[in-house]
Order: sequence, then C-alpha cells, then structure tokens
Amino acid sequence: MIKVQGLTKRYARTVAVDDISFEVQKGQIVGFLGPNGAGKTTTMRVLTCFLPPTAGTAQIAGYDVLEQPLEVKRRIGYLPETPPLYPEMEVSEYLLFVGKLKGIPNSELKRRVEEVSERCAIGEYGDKLISKLSRGYRQRVGLAQAIIHNPDVLILDEPTAGLDPKQIIETRELIKGLAGDHTIILSTHILSEVEQTCQHVIIINKGKLVSQPDTVENLTRRLRGAESVAVEIEPRDGVPDAATAQRRLEQVAGVSRVIQRETRDGRLLFEVESLQGRQVRGELARAVVSAGWNLNELRPVALSLEKIFLELTASEQQRAEGGAR
Amino acid sequence: MRNILTIYRKELKSYFASWVGYVVIAFFAVIFGYFFYVATAIFVNQSFQSQMMGRGFPMDMNEWVIRPLMMNVSVIGLFVIPMITMRLFAEEKRSGTIELLMTSPVRDLEIVLGKWLAALTFYACVLAVSALNLAFLFIYGQPDWKPILVAYLGLLLQGGCLLAFGTFISSLTRNQIIAAGGTFAACLLLWVFEWVTAYETSTWGRVIAYLSVLTHFEPFAKGLLDTKDVVFYLSAIFLGLFLTARSMESLRWRA
Repeated sequence: MIKVQGLTKRYARTVAVDDISFEVQKGQIVGFLGPNGAGKTTTMRVLTCFLPPTAGTAQIAGYDVLEQPLEVKRRIGYLPETPPLYPEMEVSEYLLFVGKLKGIPNSELKRRVEEVSERCAIGEYGDKLISKLSRGYRQRVGLAQAIIHNPDVLILDEPTAGLDPKQIIETRELIKGLAGDHTIILSTHILSEVEQTCQHVIIINKGKLVSQPDTVENLTRRLRGAESVAVEIEPRDGVPDAATAQRRLEQVAGVSRVIQRETRDGRLLFEVESLQGRQVRGELARAVVSAGWNLNELRPVALSLEKIFLELTASEQQRAEGGAR
Repeated sequence: MRNILTIYRKELKSYFASWVGYVVIAFFAVIFGYFFYVATAIFVNQSFQSQMMGRGFPMDMNEWVIRPLMMNVSVIGLFVIPMITMRLFAEEKRSGTIELLMTSPVRDLEIVLGKWLAALTFYACVLAVSALNLAFLFIYGQPDWKPILVAYLGLLLQGGCLLAFGTFISSLTRNQIIAAGGTFAACLLLWVFEWVTAYETSTWGRVIAYLSVLTHFEPFAKGLLDTKDVVFYLSAIFLGLFLTARSMESLRWRA
C-alpha cells in the first residue's frame, strides 16, 4: 500500500530524512517511532504530497507522490501535528467543507459527515464553534476530517500529543477501531503507544531508519538474543559483598555486562546482560550456588520498547562512530 | 470548478464570520460618507453661485460629483485592500490549515482563484456601500447612470489587480501584519508611480507612469471604457495570480 524507496529530504542546511526505504502492507497499523526531530513529520509530509522529496520515490497505492499527486491525495487522510481547523467554523460546517474539498459527491456528503461524527464521538457537537472546543475534541474533529473521504491510507502525526490520559486512551481505541478498513501510519515518540496500538513498528533516528517494519514481538525476539536476566542474591552475614558478587557474575562466560540495581533489605539485585545469542541463565545459577551463596531469584527481564529503542539507536550510533574513526 | 467554489464560499464566509469584514466595511463607509458629503456640499454651493451669476444651464452632476468621488474611492481602495488580502494565506500558514489545503486533491491554482474571487466579491460588497450613497443622487437629480457603471467596472478591475498582488504578498509570509504592510506599500507605490509624469518626460518616465494603477483608472472615472486600460488590468491580475500560484509551489520546496 505504501512503498518508500531511497527517500531523502534535504533542507537548506540539514538533512531531515536520509535515504530511507520501507513498505507497508494493506490494513496494517504501523507505528513510526523516533525521538523529536528524527524526521517523522518530514517523512509524513512527503507521503502526503505536502513536501516533495529531494531524492528517492514514495508511492501510495501505486501512485507516485511527485508524478500523480492528485491521485495520491485522493487516497490519503492526513492529521498533522496540530489539527488543521478553522476556529471560526462550526464542527459540521467544517466537516462539510473538508468533505467537499476531498471530492465527496454532494449526495453523499451529509451522510458521510454524520458517519464520521458518530465514529469520532462528536455527533452532539455539530453546531459548536471549533474555537470553543477543548483540545481533545479538536483532536477528534481532526481525526474525523482525516477519515471523511474513507481514504485507503491514514497518516496521523502524533495523534495523542497534548491530550490527557483519558483522551489518549479514547483516541487509541478510535485508531484501533479504524484498522482493517484503512492502512494507518502514526508517528509518536511515546514508545508505549506503539506497543498498545500498532502491530508493526518502524524506528527512525536522525533521519535514518533504524529498523525495517517489523512486529513488536519480532523486534523483541531479535534483540532478545542479548538476554537480560535479573539475579537476586541474599547474602549471609555480609557475605558476599556487592563487589565480590558482581565480579563473580562478570566472570561467567557469555556475560557482557552486570549492573547492580537497588538493594532491598540487604539483598543484592543485579541485572545481567548476555552477549548476542548466548543463554546464560543456567551458568549464572551454577556460579552463584557453587560459590555457596543463596540464589533468591533468577528471571529473564522482558525488553521494553524503551530498551529496544535505546539499544537500536545506540548501536546505530556506535556504527556511525566506528565508521568515522 | 467545484473546488474553486468550495474555497470561495469558505473564504467569503470567513470575512463575515470575524469582525475584520465588518470593520473594513465600517471604515470605508465612514470615509466615503465624509467624501460624499463634502463633494455634494461643494456642488450645491457652486450651483447656487452659478445660478446667481445668471448661468442658465445646470451643472453636470457626473462631472462635478461622481467623477471626483470615484477617484477618491480608488484611493480609499489602496487602504482597504491590504486589510482584505492580509489574512488570505498568512493566516492559513500560521494556523497550519495550509497543510489541509495542500494535501487535499485540489490544484494550487484552484485554491488561489477561490481565494482571490472571494476577496474580489468582498471588495464589491465594500463598494456597494458607496453605491448606496450615490443612489441618493438619483432622488435629487438626474445623473447619467452609464458612466457610473463604467466607473464601478473600473473600480472592480483596479481592485482585482491590487487584490491579486495582495494575495501574492500574503502567500509570502505567515504574519498578517507583514502581509498588510507589504501590500499597502505595493499599492501606494503603484499609485504614486503616476507622479513621475510631473517632472519626467523620457521613455522611462512614461513606462513607470504606465505602471501606475491610477493612470489607468482616470478614463473609467470619466466614464470612458478603453480596451487598453482593461487589458492592462486583466494582465496585471493574471500576473498577480500567476505569482501567487508559483509562490504556493515554492512553499512546498522551501517549507
């Protein structure tokens, strides 16, 4: 449905997006994840034909954004970071305007406006001025605007930014409800959001793709090669002390790093990371027990998306630094 | 066509949805009302005098009231037009709604035309206030209506040309004040270009004077419909709208 190849966008002095390629299949919800200034908005603006790419191509449903922008625009719904609303309009008036702009025939216009109002739960606000709406309702009107012409592809730029927790949950539910009919790309810098709403995730940092579209589970599994294990040791009469225990754990073959976590009532808690592809749980247990210490707990630590993200961007950075040297 | 109409309706409505539209109309009504009062007062005074001097024929109302009034309107227009065009694009750029327009299946030119036509219609509404004043002349006298129509056509053409430039300037910035200031400066320049004729008679002087929008309005005020002036205004309108469309395109490459 979406095909991006070698996309580059250069501004006067900076490169906002640098040679990214990815594909998104029909019906997927893809999270576009990256820190602020990573190039998420720029990529979305290229996909919506708002900005032309400097190099590379982007296709939506087989139409190129440069060659056939009108065809592309007919097939996308776009919610920019700030919803593009006219404060002096009433909600239904605004939706009618957008509907006409998107080329909905007059005969269907009213029905479509009612449908999307219903779907976005703004039905009873039809005759309210947009300037009088709260931030959350403005966001909903923005979303209604994006789906009014029933587009194949929905592009949402930080749809939950600036909302309160309740509104965030409602918006997420709404987006999830839209999946299936639409292919959705949503950008965010909040990792948990991707975990909760998206099946697939694309990670971008400093204008470069850090990972191809992949499921959240797959990404975890791929990184899980480097296992992270929590080890809790209960010392007896101050033996072992933290430094000794840490040294012992570090000596286990396959361990790359041992970090001491906060100790609870004298217990020692370590987080042990292993090298890629090494299972070290058994050997860790043996090392602790053979030293004659009490092993209280040994459990794998689930990699949060935060961790995945940091890890991926960090390895990207290392590679870049290695190349520079 | 439908797209132009959609944009047109939205723009026209937004003039009347905010206080700006009403303020502009009120501003024009007050100033024109004053000019109208002065012009008729002078006319009444002078026709009394001419009767006392024993001249038999009545003074020509078109010549003595309407023509100078129309020249005045064209000058007031220079002040009104920046207020009409300043928000056209600047406001959309500031609030981000330009993203909606530019990612909708609408051509740039359709957006430009819709906005400009709305501005022109609003300007026509402003001018209608002056027509309301002139209507009183028909109650108390018998002015010839044909030259009046020609004058209004001239006002619309001149307005359309300045509005097109104003739309262009508004598309260059996201700040309405800058858009208004720039448009006012442009309008003023296009007006005072005429003054070079006072001291410069070379080819260059003539070229510059030719560019003045006021030079081309004078025949209209007299009630003369000259193709040369119509062509001047139409080509200026075309230039202004063309520049706006180009500016929208460059917006994509720069932004």
